[in-house]
Amino acid sequence: MEMRAVYAQCLAEMMEKDRHVCVLDADLAKASGTRALYERFPRQMFDCGVAEANMASIAAGLSSYGFRPWIESFTPFATRRICDQIAISICYAKRNVKIVGTDPGIAAELNGGTHMSMEDIGVLRSVPGMVIFEPADPVQLAKAMPVLDAYDGAVYMRLFRKELPAIFPEDYQFDLFKADVLKEGKDLSLFATGFQLKDALEAAEILAKEGIDAEVINVHTIKPIDKETVIASARKTGAVLTVENHNVIGGLHSAVLEALAKEKIPACAVGVQDRFGEVGKLPYLREAIGLTVENIVNTAKEAVSLK
Amino acid sequence: MDKNLKEISRDIRCDTLKCIGHLGVGHIGGCLSVVELLAVLYFEAMNIDPADPKKPGRDRFICSKGHAGPAVYAALANRGYFDKSELLTLNQGGTNLPSHCDMNRTVGIDMTTGSLGQGFSCAVGVALGSKLEEDGATIFTLIGDGESQEGQIWEAGMFAAAKGLDNLIAFTDYNKLQIDNTVEKVNNIAPLAEKWAAFGWNVIEVEDGNDVDQVSAAVEHAKLGIGSGKPTMVILNTLKGCGVPWIVDLGPGNHNCNISEEQADAAIAELRKEA
Repeated sequence: MEMRAVYAQCLAEMMEKDRHVCVLDADLAKASGTRALYERFPRQMFDCGVAEANMASIAAGLSSYGFRPWIESFTPFATRRICDQIAISICYAKRNVKIVGTDPGIAAELNGGTHMSMEDIGVLRSVPGMVIFEPADPVQLAKAMPVLDAYDGAVYMRLFRKELPAIFPEDYQFDLFKADVLKEGKDLSLFATGFQLKDALEAAEILAKEGIDAEVINVHTIKPIDKETVIASARKTGAVLTVENHNVIGGLHSAVLEALAKEKIPACAVGVQDRFGEVGKLPYLREAIGLTVENIVNTAKEAVSLK
Repeated sequence: MDKNLKEISRDIRCDTLKCIGHLGVGHIGGCLSVVELLAVLYFEAMNIDPADPKKPGRDRFICSKGHAGPAVYAALANRGYFDKSELLTLNQGGTNLPSHCDMNRTVGIDMTTGSLGQGFSCAVGVALGSKLEEDGATIFTLIGDGESQEGQIWEAGMFAAAKGLDNLIAFTDYNKLQIDNTVEKVNNIAPLAEKWAAFGWNVIEVEDGNDVDQVSAAVEHAKLGIGSGKPTMVILNTLKGCGVPWIVDLGPGNHNCNISEEQADAAIAELRKEA
């Protein structure tokens, strides 16, 4: 099932239950999968047109009137383009607004470099009070949606909108502030987020065959990061690898290293190496940017060798 | 009310001077230019209750030019939202009265503003919220003329008209000055009335936005727009620094300038004498 279909279905359920839940678009409802909700919820769906800054501040205004708005756009336009509106209208003013950025990083594929946010987590991670969440599969997304709605504050959700395979079981218990340990291990801590979790799990299987027992942890909430789990795992294994579809500056790698700043533990990164994106399909982009299972395996070995 | 709007305007102007003078520096020019509007809104036009500042369905005023905070605080204190003595804490560490309006700090402030352009969009969101709640509130908002150079103002203006938010009454403090020079020389926003009309708004022009009777009449007129399906823009031709000649004479320099306690007291004495 496409992630955006799960997302739209959850929104519909939430809007059905409470008329104060509403959604604002900036002419990308079709891409976000919410276009069909306009007919069903005409008093809860608002298209602001191609004006993201206005959308963000309008959401802040609606929030002050007791509404719980979700705003959505492609990742770069939901973050870097409207960083000040998010910082001031939403976060500084303590407004309850959920921000959804679709097509993170290389997922923007054919829209290319202009639409590829390699920096969205970094941009918003430095805004005080912001919660940053990236679901790894449709199960986690469905569990997270009502939790995000119930959370009274600003959350940025980084949403891969196309199909992703289920990783979590249906009875999975979601905790917004607790990372998921998917596989325990003793040689290396592999911290991943978003659609890279699946790659990390595949890499861990290959590493196991080569005698490296990797622990795989899904850091679905990059801010505030679950320090306790990160530190405990890193201390246990003594080596760290982060895997993310984002610049290694400012994203998961930075967040994990900040958590481990007082630990003397070697850490390596698989992610976007401080470069812009480019046009292409996912298989090409994975190779071009270095987000491959093979690269995870090789970098994992490097991290272990640094122990 | 015991006092008339002219006397109330004088009190707000004096208290604004007092608190900025106590501090020694502040956004004096753009505070003094909007005093008459604040008097009309808080003492005549708005359905509000200082004893119940969060009353559901109340009218709201969102000061998008958030740097006029000190004048708004003076209006709130005069209206009874908090004690006037608190005005002297303006911009002191730990104060509830920061330079720019903050909804989480100040009783009676309904939106955090200061990053120009954003408060106007927030007001549009509030007007939309009121429409959805069908609570009959009128949402008043104030933007600056320099602020009108922000693209977000026009994004919000377009949206408010497209959604028929006729419960929104906006004001432009058209004092013709901004920090670097005159608005005309920096990046001219004229013809302003034509722009708002072209954006689908009712437009009312006030020849002297520092004449409280003219402002009062304009607000009454603007309220007739409720039900028209269009938001209303009231363009107030104002004088930046109005009420204190030497501040007016600073021109663009009065946007944020020094004023000693003695200077403030002298200006206040002069204003009281005129009365």
